[in-house]
Amino acid sequence: MPAPIIKVDAISKSFGAFKVLDGLSMQVMPGEKLALIGPSGSGKTTILRILMTLEKIDGGHIQVDGEQLYHMERNGQLQPADERHLAKMRQKIGMVFQLFNLFPHKCVMDNVTLAPMLTKGLARTAAEKRAMELLDMVGLADKAKAMPAQLSGGQKQRVAIARALALSPKIMLFDEVTSALDPELVEEVLNVMRKLAAETDMTMLLVTHEMGFAHDFADRVLFFDRGRIVEEGKPDEIFRHPKQERTQSFLKKIIAAGHRV
Amino acid sequence: MTQWSGYLGLILQGALVTIELTLMGSVLALVMAFLAGMGRVSRFFVVRALATTYIEFFRGTSIFVQLFWAYFVLPFARLSLTPLQAGVLALGLNVGAYAAEVVRGAILSVGREQYEACTALNLGRWQGMRHVILPQALLVMLPTFGNNAIELLKATSVVSLISLADLTFQAQVVRSQTGSTLMPFVSVLVIYFALALIISWGIRSLERRMARGLDGVRV
Repeated sequence: MPAPIIKVDAISKSFGAFKVLDGLSMQVMPGEKLALIGPSGSGKTTILRILMTLEKIDGGHIQVDGEQLYHMERNGQLQPADERHLAKMRQKIGMVFQLFNLFPHKCVMDNVTLAPMLTKGLARTAAEKRAMELLDMVGLADKAKAMPAQLSGGQKQRVAIARALALSPKIMLFDEVTSALDPELVEEVLNVMRKLAAETDMTMLLVTHEMGFAHDFADRVLFFDRGRIVEEGKPDEIFRHPKQERTQSFLKKIIAAGHRV
Repeated sequence: MTQWSGYLGLILQGALVTIELTLMGSVLALVMAFLAGMGRVSRFFVVRALATTYIEFFRGTSIFVQLFWAYFVLPFARLSLTPLQAGVLALGLNVGAYAAEVVRGAILSVGREQYEACTALNLGRWQGMRHVILPQALLVMLPTFGNNAIELLKATSVVSLISLADLTFQAQVVRSQTGSTLMPFVSVLVIYFALALIISWGIRSLERRMARGLDGVRV
């Protein structure tokens, strides 16, 4: 059995008096597709943001790809990671945001090529060749010269996925990537993610309210509530036969709100 | 008639000095604005403290006093400046202090999500600043930079006090030589106004050029 690519060990995180993660532990295997579900404020987005080093942790340890994320070893001792260590670890991880976070002053092509050229020293021609492959993969090869403001939400999000992929991360984090989209645009983004899952062995973690998609897509579902994982299992177990009362009432509410499971 | 054109020539010579001061002062102000404005958002306390001290000092003391220091006091420290150098120094440092706050405000106005995208793409602090934050912040700075440049243009008139023959100085010369008040003062009024219009127009066309493609994203 291979080693987990992500090992989260007793992570705690508070925003002021609000304890958003309360001793959270979890493991993710290489290539696994993981869906994180749960009510808002349950900490599922926070753990993604912590993995992307967008938040600091209050306590605990995280290992990514065999190395400590927030700590580094110096003379046999664990110390808080410095910026250089964090930069090294970030190479393993990419993230796609709910609101796309594209660079509005750069065209689609430049959005995708900026980071590879700056962080990997790729020449422009090489970066653009790779960007065209990725834009082709997300179905937007014809939009390379467009500005983000000229794109629909679904197209923006597909560009954002291509931009994250351009750095070839081992792990991709998807933070409610369809929540800001008009309903008719959701499917084009989900299709890209299905394609990505089919064509690569990338580890994918997604926070989502698309229960139907989570059901079909994920290898494993984690149900978060109040900063802890209350229940986890195969999609069928969680969605068809939830054991915990809190999972049951959450899913009932979601279904009442009209979501397909 | 030839006499009048001679006097007009004097005033135009003054206008050239004013333009020269404005251009050189603006360059220094711009450099100081970015140094101090970015210093204000630095991670390092010492850098922040230095930037804050500079800004507060030069905003908090009068441009007259600063100019007199540059011209009359610095020589005691064995640093003698020509009137033009002293003028550029005082104007640049003074207006740079105001513009530094514009730079800081504009940098902070760029949304947190842009900084987060930089982190997620593993850009270094400076790389993100240079390629993502500043290009967007520049658009926010431009209108106020236009204000600052016009302020600087008008403040150049104080250099007549250290006997630099700028527009205001030459107007006084013409007035004392001809006894006419209306002609020189109308001329300088019109010239200052025309120069300010040119600055406004230049900034606005720069804004339009930089905003291209951003339609509907930011105002």
